[in-house]
Amino acid sequence: MPRSSPHLPVAARVNRVMLSVCLALLPGVIASCWFFGWGVLANLALASATAVASETLMLAIRRRPIRKFLLDGSALVTGLLIGLSIPPYAPWWLVVFGASFALIFGKHLYGGLGYNPFNPAMLGFVVLLIAFPAEMSAWVNPSADLDQTRLTAYSQGRIGLEELDGLTAATPLDHVKTELSRQQTSQEAAASMASGPVAGFAWDWINLAFLAGGLWLLLRGIIRWQIPVGFLAGLGLMTLLFWLGDADRHPGLLHHWFSGATMLGAFFIATDPVSASTTPRGRLYYGLGIGVLVYIIRSFGGYPDAVAFAVLLMNICVPLIDHYTPTRTYGTGPRQP
Amino acid sequence: MATYSEITIKGLWTNNPGLVQLLGLCPLLAVSTTVINGLGLGLATMATLVASNLIVSLIRNWVRPEVRIPVFVMVIAAIVTAIELLMNAYLHQLYRVLGIFIPLIVTNCSIIGRAEAFASKNGPLPAALDGFAQGLGFALCLVVLGALREVLGHGTLLADADLLFGPLAANWEIVLIEDFRGLLLAILPPGAFLGLGLMIAGKNWFDRHQADKAKAATSLASPAAI
Repeated sequence: MPRSSPHLPVAARVNRVMLSVCLALLPGVIASCWFFGWGVLANLALASATAVASETLMLAIRRRPIRKFLLDGSALVTGLLIGLSIPPYAPWWLVVFGASFALIFGKHLYGGLGYNPFNPAMLGFVVLLIAFPAEMSAWVNPSADLDQTRLTAYSQGRIGLEELDGLTAATPLDHVKTELSRQQTSQEAAASMASGPVAGFAWDWINLAFLAGGLWLLLRGIIRWQIPVGFLAGLGLMTLLFWLGDADRHPGLLHHWFSGATMLGAFFIATDPVSASTTPRGRLYYGLGIGVLVYIIRSFGGYPDAVAFAVLLMNICVPLIDHYTPTRTYGTGPRQP
Repeated sequence: MATYSEITIKGLWTNNPGLVQLLGLCPLLAVSTTVINGLGLGLATMATLVASNLIVSLIRNWVRPEVRIPVFVMVIAAIVTAIELLMNAYLHQLYRVLGIFIPLIVTNCSIIGRAEAFASKNGPLPAALDGFAQGLGFALCLVVLGALREVLGHGTLLADADLLFGPLAANWEIVLIEDFRGLLLAILPPGAFLGLGLMIAGKNWFDRHQADKAKAATSLASPAAI
């Protein structure tokens, strides 16, 4: 579809965008705290402090203007996203390692803001997931009483994961996958776990809260609709395809939409303006690709969730997508030479 | 015609196959999980390079240019086969650890690269030295990257040295960090890419630092010279 002029609208300032993203994260943060306790806040504080410190360090080493780049808030958002993706009460060194890796390797070694081909937060997350798979899958049980002394000791690194026995539980995604591998049907798997109003307990509320924050971002025009809609449509189409084929072996739409990091990924992670596609049609394909990959990796892969891998894989495809989906300017033919 | 010291410096530093030419990255990334693995494959590659450069240089005047590549490949394949059989006979445990990467030395592009770029144009002695220097440069890369990944991944150095040096070396293993649970990432393929990237960055940084220092020295010295 051709677009009329102006072709170059006034771009939003980076710090306004980043501030809005921080505000929009609030409902999801509150919901996570409600179910998982103060560990979420500890992660967020530690991750954003590390991210900002790493950003400052790298800007100083690279002799770039520190104030200008630090005040744009992009490092803060990367830190917050990492803090939200790491399980609450994770050992402090895990959070510090992930956040500093994201900023140093994921962002500044590629040239800083605007030059990184990969989403830095997801790069940090994937490195943690590959390096420390056990710690990265240990989510505390949201329906049990939390033993604060043990959790504090664990997050301070004084006791290991094995001493958290009884405090952690499988997430709905893990639970359903395990039950399916034990030849249970998806209905039996859903019945044998705690449920909320929409899907698996706690995670459905958290996803709803992120959805609310994301819709607010959409209304304010900070993000475009193509990526979240593409993401949810891609995931939804794949889910329906398999679910209609054999509903006993494949969980339904609500399970996939409201479990794990789906809504956080669709509205906050995949929409990263630097590493996502930049053309309107391209954004739709980019989102669709992520959704399809999330379904494939979640269902047939060995990792607890798939948003990070799907986003990174589609980040690689962005130059190709942008090349084939240029916006047609008014007055030119359907195909540009 | 390059002097012997130039050939050596090129192979070890300024034209290092791993850090500058970026040749033979597949074995470099895949086998460098420990120092001993890296050293084993590095020595095998070095032996292949010396022998192939020497033979290619000796036959360079009898091989017509039209068929030189197939001839070089056959020479290299024969040498690698001999080395593979020797390792199977004398270093059997290491042979089993390195597995497919020993026969794959034949596909290491730095070997055919040296045969084509250097040995086919130079006499036997410089050619053999070039093979030795290039092979040593490659082996050093493997050892350094292997050490980096072994320390980060296992907290040890020279583990399983007996595979290469016989039962005498069974207690050479140095435990740097007691009860270290290991950074799994360093052992996995991403660790190899990250480690090699950091090594290349380190070399480039060092070279630029030296160049800056040399420039500063000449700009200071030149007024006095005038």
